[in-house]
Amino acid sequence: MNRLRVSPIRCTGHGYCAELFPERVELDDWGYPIIDPTPFDSDLLPEAKRALAQCPVLALRLEKVNTRKR
Amino acid sequence: MIPIAPRGMRPPWLLSGPDANWRPEPLSSHAARLGPVPASGRRLIEEIEKAGLRGRGGAGFPVAVKWKAVADRSHGRAALIVNGAEGEPLSLKDHLLLASRPHLVLDGAQLAAQSVGAREVYLYVGRHHPAAMRSLEQAVRERGGLAGLDVELVEAPVRFVAGEETAAVRLVNGGEAKPTGVPPRPFEQGVKGRPTLVNNVETLAQAALIARYGSEWFRSAGTAETPGTMLVTVAGQVAAPGVHEVDATTRIGDVIAPKPGHTRGPLLLGGYFGSWVRGSDAAELTFDSAQLAGRGLKLGAGVLFTLAAGDCGVAATARIVGYLAGESARQCGPCQFGLADLSRLLSLLAEGRGRSVKAGQLERWIGQLSGGRGACHHPDGALGLIRSAIAVFSDDFEAHLRRGACAAAFHDTGLPVGLGPQAPWR
Repeated sequence: MNRLRVSPIRCTGHGYCAELFPERVELDDWGYPIIDPTPFDSDLLPEAKRALAQCPVLALRLEKVNTRKR
Repeated sequence: MIPIAPRGMRPPWLLSGPDANWRPEPLSSHAARLGPVPASGRRLIEEIEKAGLRGRGGAGFPVAVKWKAVADRSHGRAALIVNGAEGEPLSLKDHLLLASRPHLVLDGAQLAAQSVGAREVYLYVGRHHPAAMRSLEQAVRERGGLAGLDVELVEAPVRFVAGEETAAVRLVNGGEAKPTGVPPRPFEQGVKGRPTLVNNVETLAQAALIARYGSEWFRSAGTAETPGTMLVTVAGQVAAPGVHEVDATTRIGDVIAPKPGHTRGPLLLGGYFGSWVRGSDAAELTFDSAQLAGRGLKLGAGVLFTLAAGDCGVAATARIVGYLAGESARQCGPCQFGLADLSRLLSLLAEGRGRSVKAGQLERWIGQLSGGRGACHHPDGALGLIRSAIAVFSDDFEAHLRRGACAAAFHDTGLPVGLGPQAPWR
């Protein structure tokens, strides 16, 4: 599973991520991304990777999440 | 200063000995009272772990865990930052300790550096604390250095976030005292890229006492969950303002007793990142962190401030949030723009011009800005304060919205707000 992360210092609020990956990103009233920390499967990976690549300041990164089944 | 003796603790504790009167205790008196600096190393880290000492800079992180993390990585080339930035405008305890007990802090610094394998020690002291800086400088000279370690005195700018540990590292590295994103944390990569231990000055002083008297002695004060004594700064409408040494069994109501003839007003517990507590609820609380956590409270760096019974909580909160917004390092959008807008909104409410504010706007912004939106905890701290204000001063907020500002809204609450947003960052 994967999780999207943003570096709040690097981010300057272009907002492309919210358009490219609305499943996990919305913008606050100032145009900065609020990331939904819910892990996602490989089916959403293409959208996530597009958001990463299109971020003008490369503020996004993907994190692997270990989801152990109990 | 009116000392309140910690219950059950056998002296010496942090402020026992000569009056802590802002004049440095000479080395001769310190050594005669407490003896030489004891042994450092792994055994000391284990003793500190047994003692259950937690950091006294606000976050309350277990000290032994931090020391071990640096020791495991240091290869004898780590660094130590002795953190006396004390950016919280109401806090005085680090300043008092440095000014009055410099050798106790330096003992702790020496023991910490030796235990984790640090060769360089940076004494990072708030520029607004000249007495502390003079005291440390004189004390290092008196000792003829610090056990052969490289010691440097570094001025911390008068900024609320300057004491945040990544900000301290960044300043020592030649930058501005603004927090950086983590990871890497300082214990991984700090001063000159080396593993770096950052400890508050009170934490180090406590370590110096544990090294001498042991964990059992330390645990003779306080509770199992919150052992030892702690320094707190008390201000506002209280009979005994100043720095007090307390422990977890001390009743908060005793420490913030109002001036004779006055009733207790609301309490701000934990400083500007803390929470408001109703005066009537504050009396029965103790300094036990478990008890406080059960009520959603924390002591932070040990600041307690009480308003007068008739003071306006909305105005006081607006004043603090205005200050905190100005102290944003302006690196993260949600902190820079979000806190500024929240501050403007609270000012409108405080001044009774809240009719122009959209219904639910305050709650909407609190919701959007919550949950670690900044690189450091600055926005989270401010939001916690606002949330507690809405809970404790709900009637005041309602009245300000419906009827405009109360008469008390324009009364000076005496809450200090630093040098202002133009203060330098280095």
